[in-house]
Amino acid sequence: MTPLLTATGLAIGHGGKVLIRGIDLSLDRGSVLCLLGPNGAGKTTLFRTLLGLIPPVHGRIALGGEPLSRLSRLQVAARLAHVPQALATPFAFTALDIVLMGAAARLGPFARPGRVEAERAMAALDRLGIADLAGAEVTRLSGGQRQLVLIARALAQEAAAMVMDEPTASLDFANRRQVGHAIRRLADAGTGIILSSHDPDHAAAIADRALLLNRSGLLASGTVAETMTAGNLSRLYGIPVRREQGDDGRLRFY
Amino acid sequence: MAGAPTMPRWRPCWVTERRLNGWLALGLIATLAIGAAVGPYAIAPQQLVAVLSGDRSDPQAVTVLWNIRLPRVLAAAMVGAALAAAGAAYQTTFRNPLVSPDILGVSAGAGFGAVLGILLGWPVMAIQMLGFGTGLATVAMVLGLTMVLRGAGQVLVMVLCGIAIGALAGAGISLVKLLADPEQQLPAITFWLMGSLAGVKRPDIAAALPALLVGLAPLLALRWRIGLLAMGDDEARSMGIDATRLRLLVIACATLMTAAAVALAGVIGWIGLMVPHMARLLTGPRFDRLLPAAILIGAGFMVLVDTSARSIATVEVPLGILTAVLGAPLFVWLLARGTKAWSE
Repeated sequence: MTPLLTATGLAIGHGGKVLIRGIDLSLDRGSVLCLLGPNGAGKTTLFRTLLGLIPPVHGRIALGGEPLSRLSRLQVAARLAHVPQALATPFAFTALDIVLMGAAARLGPFARPGRVEAERAMAALDRLGIADLAGAEVTRLSGGQRQLVLIARALAQEAAAMVMDEPTASLDFANRRQVGHAIRRLADAGTGIILSSHDPDHAAAIADRALLLNRSGLLASGTVAETMTAGNLSRLYGIPVRREQGDDGRLRFY
Repeated sequence: MAGAPTMPRWRPCWVTERRLNGWLALGLIATLAIGAAVGPYAIAPQQLVAVLSGDRSDPQAVTVLWNIRLPRVLAAAMVGAALAAAGAAYQTTFRNPLVSPDILGVSAGAGFGAVLGILLGWPVMAIQMLGFGTGLATVAMVLGLTMVLRGAGQVLVMVLCGIAIGALAGAGISLVKLLADPEQQLPAITFWLMGSLAGVKRPDIAAALPALLVGLAPLLALRWRIGLLAMGDDEARSMGIDATRLRLLVIACATLMTAAAVALAGVIGWIGLMVPHMARLLTGPRFDRLLPAAILIGAGFMVLVDTSARSIATVEVPLGILTAVLGAPLFVWLLARGTKAWSE
């Protein structure tokens, strides 16, 4: 089966200046790939490159086997959805209004969402367990709820793959757990998800594969068990890190 | 998932939306009728209906209505609709509820071009084109400066750039005033700069209407997609919107409408800020719902303001003075209400 998203020999950066080179990655249906690395390592730049928002310096990106450079904005949006770090609008949209925006990739230029799109948006909210928030203004929701609304919008976009930029960064413990469960459930239902995280414990809990990036470049990539070793994480963050496996099989880092 | 999912029944939005726009359209017709009836030569409602349906038994009423009142109320409605639509478009695409054609310096820029046209004795159409050109140049300069200087709070930088460029356009206007013939041109320029619909004739409307419609049609047709620009460029693009091109189109359309309004009625501030806020209270922030409501409210509101401007005193009060008296307190109220929400 063709991977949802592949990058080969990718070098990313701004204005021809290379930030990181030699990135190879591949995202399959139903898997969660987690990007780990210190601030400024280029995680957000990598995401923006994968989404086609900035061009790669070198290398190739393909969505569903087709080169990104040959796809239109609408075609990219139909294959790869984006969940931004936070909602950045000063206007008090309702949660349903936000989720409806996901329909843009499948509507004609002059069309407005109608009943079909609204029902799809309600279904997306329902899958994330926040159908009761449909009419609530997003400016009044908690950070975790807002994140779930953004994930619901990506779901309504009906793309097979999603990019999530630190979906749990600003959330408290309970919200982080709720959003983490939601991400895992989406992947188990077939969506391919690539996300970044600051929290190795959390990454190990929801991801299948990991990609470690620091300022000097790609450190390691592979399954969570083989890449997220104490040695790799110590090198990644520049501090001594210990890894333990609990009775439940989960990895924890100290 | 345990149990049947409880899905709130979705109510089609256009039911309430159509009803709201229907009521607003009725209100607009009522204000147009009031504007046409009120004045030194009062026209009774039944006479208004009779003259409009072709009764020519009272030649004076026919002349007053067809040559003076109707052009004036229609011009007021057009100006109000154009400024309100431009304001709503700027607020959505710049993601800032406090921007408006006047704050971005567009009004002053278009005003400079139009005043220059008056000084040169150009026809109305040419004045409009010059006003459009300088208005667009103003937006381009404000956007360019904002991009060069960006870093600290882009919205604040944009508003400050608008003030700076607007001041420059103001200086240009002062220079034109200095050069104008003090007997003929200067009083006309001064009165026109304060905003006035006195002396609007049918050809003026015919000259301004194409620019207004050309600006308005793309905004109405693309209004749902335009609404997505409120989420920011990266987000809009990742949802499949060509944000750069769409934003340029919206800015060009809104500026064209502002220039048409300025060429027709002079510089009238605050409408572009006030009316979208009034409309948003009724429709919520979605641009596809906001735009039609803002157009209808803006048109009706401007007709009422213009009718008051020529009725409350023996001399005509310039429109810009009335809208400032209404708009400045509203702006302060918005600031007081919004500082918490927007400074986070």
